[in-house]
Amino acid sequence: MSPPLAAPLLAADGLTRSFQGLVAVDGLSFQVAPHTIHALIGPNGAGKTTLFNLVSGLLPPSGGSLHFQGRDITGLGAHRRAALGMGRTFQNLRMFGGMTVLENVLTGRHARLPATWLATLLRLPAARAEERAAIARAEALLARVGLAGQAGRPAGELSYGEQRRLEIARALAGEPALLLLDEPAAGMNPTETAELAALLRQLAAERRTILLVEHDMGFVMGLCDRVTVLNFGRRIAEGTPAEVRADPAVVDAYLGARVARRLMAAAEGAA
Amino acid sequence: MDSLNDFLWAYQDLIYGLGTNAILALSMYAVLQLNQLSLGQAAFMGVGAYVGALLSLHTGLPFALVLAAAAAVPAALALLIGGPSLRLSGVHLAIATIGLGEVLRVAYVNTPALGGAMGLSGIPERAGFAAIYGLLAAVLAGLVLAARSKIGRACEAIREDEDAARAMGIDVTAYKIAWLAVSAALAGLAGALNAHYSSFIGPGEYGFDTAVSILSFAILGGIATPFGPVAGAVVLTALPEVLRPLHDFRLVVNGLIIVGVVLFLPRGLLGFRMRRTGGLSGPARGATRRV
Repeated sequence: MSPPLAAPLLAADGLTRSFQGLVAVDGLSFQVAPHTIHALIGPNGAGKTTLFNLVSGLLPPSGGSLHFQGRDITGLGAHRRAALGMGRTFQNLRMFGGMTVLENVLTGRHARLPATWLATLLRLPAARAEERAAIARAEALLARVGLAGQAGRPAGELSYGEQRRLEIARALAGEPALLLLDEPAAGMNPTETAELAALLRQLAAERRTILLVEHDMGFVMGLCDRVTVLNFGRRIAEGTPAEVRADPAVVDAYLGARVARRLMAAAEGAA
Repeated sequence: MDSLNDFLWAYQDLIYGLGTNAILALSMYAVLQLNQLSLGQAAFMGVGAYVGALLSLHTGLPFALVLAAAAAVPAALALLIGGPSLRLSGVHLAIATIGLGEVLRVAYVNTPALGGAMGLSGIPERAGFAAIYGLLAAVLAGLVLAARSKIGRACEAIREDEDAARAMGIDVTAYKIAWLAVSAALAGLAGALNAHYSSFIGPGEYGFDTAVSILSFAILGGIATPFGPVAGAVVLTALPEVLRPLHDFRLVVNGLIIVGVVLFLPRGLLGFRMRRTGGLSGPARGATRRV
């Protein structure tokens, strides 16, 4: 394992979160280097989604600290973190289903629309210009994720794969330095998964940093610069995909659990 | 003009009541649009009525300042009572406000300076057609402008998914606090207007049943746009008058109409979405869902 060279964009130190005695994230420390694609993997219940909620600020930690761009953000709310440059998607799609596709992306830009409420209400020229620029940017992002023709449709009417892509466009609308993707490839077919991987590679090439949680091992191994493996809320391994794949602890925890499940299923089938 | 004046005189209370009830319905909309339920609207209305009445009875303040104070005091009270509960989610605001009307009723009854059980009478009739409908128009215009802007977009996002809205950079707590203050201010304004045309206010007028009436204006009309609550207030205020020829069956038919709307129009009488510039630009034009 070689340590990241640049100062980390995101650094968790001893991050802990417990739910009434159940420790979902347990003293976790890890760093995300800028302009990399970093994956968090681990068996079901390893604490990945809890960790995402801690990083994006939707859950307060029980202990430990978080630094983003060198700044302590442990006590900041989710909306402040979004304003500092974090954008996220959700594992179970969380679109604003009644709003149009374009309005969803514009909502994602909320933290980048500084006009005051009074200027907004009175439609002062600055507020109108800001809104026009936001619409242009949102339309460009929709084109980028292949939803250019869908801008006026209610988001709830989009197909599953389209909603996944819309969530990414909505997260990108906040111009995040760190993009947090919670199982972005879940439910996608192989073609869609390949397109998604291409998009994420482009984003990383544009000097964005991506932290993603994923179950699809092939997707993670082919895409990511660095992988952190969690089990029972703790980090059990970290390194390049090749290093992690060869780590006995990972094989034991991750693949072991999978093999165990397969054996259980086989036993049930035989019974 | 004479016939109009006769009409206004004969139906003055109804016409003025339509206007103030529409403002009350908009005060309910202000919190409901964020999925927040306040059951203190009648209480805030009462505070505005008492503040306005006392200022008019005992000071020489211009009516505009009396109305401003009648809006500001309930807003401050709302922040005191509701503010802490807004950091939590769900029904906490409803619970925090549910007892407010009852507490205030007891306070009015037991405070001689507030007229006790007799209430306050002889309030100068300073609120007329122009004041009531001018303020209603201003409030409605302000809320429509807000709903059509990024503010309305943020409100709708909060209504649909609070956590997702937070992750988009929306300060959900600040929105809830600000709209609660607006809501209480509007209810107080309506209460003061009401006090200044009915010339009498009593401690029993601002209880739970009034709160439920205000809630039903907004629910019946629908909260997708500010027009819905106004429509709901107009229908529910005028219906008992329109149905007057039915005599004893009036309340039955009134109730049946309300139940019918709730059953068959769950989004309210006016359930269409607000047209928003951002939702209608370019390829989106004309494609917004109209329900």
